[in-house]
Amino acid sequence: MAEAVTFYIFAALILGFAVMVITAKSTVHSVLYLVADFLCVAGLYVFLQAQFLAVIQVMVYAGGIVVLYLFVVMLVNLKKPPELYSDPRRLGKLGLAMALGVTAELGAIATYGWIKPAVTGAGLSPKNVEQLGRALYSDYVVPFEVASVLLLVAMVGAIVLAKREL
Amino acid sequence: MLETVIFPLIKIVIVLGSVLATVMYIVLLERKVQAWVQVRLGPMRVGYHGIMQPLADVLKLFSKEDITPTKVDVGVFTLAPIMALVPALIAFAVIPFGSNEMKLFGLTIPGRIADVNVGMLYIVSVAGLGIYGIILGGWASNSKYPLIASLRASAQLISYEIAVTMTLVTVIMLSGTLSMVGIIEAQKTQGWWFAFMQPVAFFIYFVGGLAETNRAPFDLPEAEQELVAGFHTEYSGMRFAFFFLAEYANMIVVSAVATTLFFGGWLQPFPNVSWLWFLGLIPGWIWFCLKTFVFLYLFLWVRATFPRYRYDQLMRLGWKWLIPLAILNVVVTGFLKVLLK
Repeated sequence: MAEAVTFYIFAALILGFAVMVITAKSTVHSVLYLVADFLCVAGLYVFLQAQFLAVIQVMVYAGGIVVLYLFVVMLVNLKKPPELYSDPRRLGKLGLAMALGVTAELGAIATYGWIKPAVTGAGLSPKNVEQLGRALYSDYVVPFEVASVLLLVAMVGAIVLAKREL
Repeated sequence: MLETVIFPLIKIVIVLGSVLATVMYIVLLERKVQAWVQVRLGPMRVGYHGIMQPLADVLKLFSKEDITPTKVDVGVFTLAPIMALVPALIAFAVIPFGSNEMKLFGLTIPGRIADVNVGMLYIVSVAGLGIYGIILGGWASNSKYPLIASLRASAQLISYEIAVTMTLVTVIMLSGTLSMVGIIEAQKTQGWWFAFMQPVAFFIYFVGGLAETNRAPFDLPEAEQELVAGFHTEYSGMRFAFFFLAEYANMIVVSAVATTLFFGGWLQPFPNVSWLWFLGLIPGWIWFCLKTFVFLYLFLWVRATFPRYRYDQLMRLGWKWLIPLAILNVVVTGFLKVLLK
């Protein structure tokens, strides 16, 4: 019972902040709601006994990536959006398509969960950092290395874009 | 009920109370140390040798007018000091202050608020959140100097965070755990404080700690000759006091983490040398406080000794020296660990 209540409180907060992100007038405010959203997601992870994921969520998203968003938003003057962007109908078709896509995805997840309920009670041991590390470096070493090469390429790309003359 | 709710609550009250009291007296000590270095007396008027000065300061901060300038973003302007202070205080949740079995009135109480298995990562991530207070304070003030200062501060924090996190990696490699209590116990079983096994990592950690708390010689965000008072130029009264508290609370966090990771936390010096048994008569939490205090004093000493870095020097030191050195240290530690096994 207590678990369900906690879950629904977090879920409501996450969805509420997500709505605030897209409805806030000032861009800096939207970024702040995004931070709050990420923190609530981290709270949900803690509640699911996945402390490592929660801490990484805070460290990478709330503490790292959103700070960079904030930098961009603060430095770009967005006070008066061009007319193009303020017309709500402009991206209507694209928005509709994306909304349909997300609805279809949610429906698929819901039906899948209905047909094949999630495993409950498997539970993570308190040593889940070790388990995760072992899994990443043994069973999933190739995808892991592919991801790190991808990040390296992105880094090199960013440097090339930023510095035309090396 | 008693063990899961009441004891932690009492501990939280004790820890927060002592942190805030320490902040008050560290401010006085800072003024005294600076004065002694410069052959002055420092505050002398309130109480014996100025011993009541912090109370007078607090009274002043409480009673000052809290001005909200006209063109600020009021919500964010109020949120920023809170965002600065809260991460500094919640970091204390995982710091072990005393040994696992502190005896008090016949009860055995672990000398910490919580021991989570990702304690160190928790500290890193919480420290990463502290940056919001500075950025938002500078932006919401809607004023030039605070904005410049907050951009400087965030660039500085992001740069030095990398080097600091890399030094923590070496500590994890030595201890094999992310739990703060586990790291202290690893230092006990290995017989050496990690500062002796990792002097380079400790040096980088301390320099990075100075930079992350915006202390001299890296106090560029508040360089008063260039930026008035930095990101808190527009703040006054209690909201200013929050920024002030956050800076000093962060100093205590950095010192306490340095004590835990590199100087054995609550352990006595040379925990495995049997003829030093009499050092064990002093309780662990006193050792912890003493060691933390040494680092706090170092902060003040450094401030009175070194001139401020220029901004490009700061960035060069961080990116071209500390980060490569920290990465090299990780690699060397890894090799040594495999070779000596």
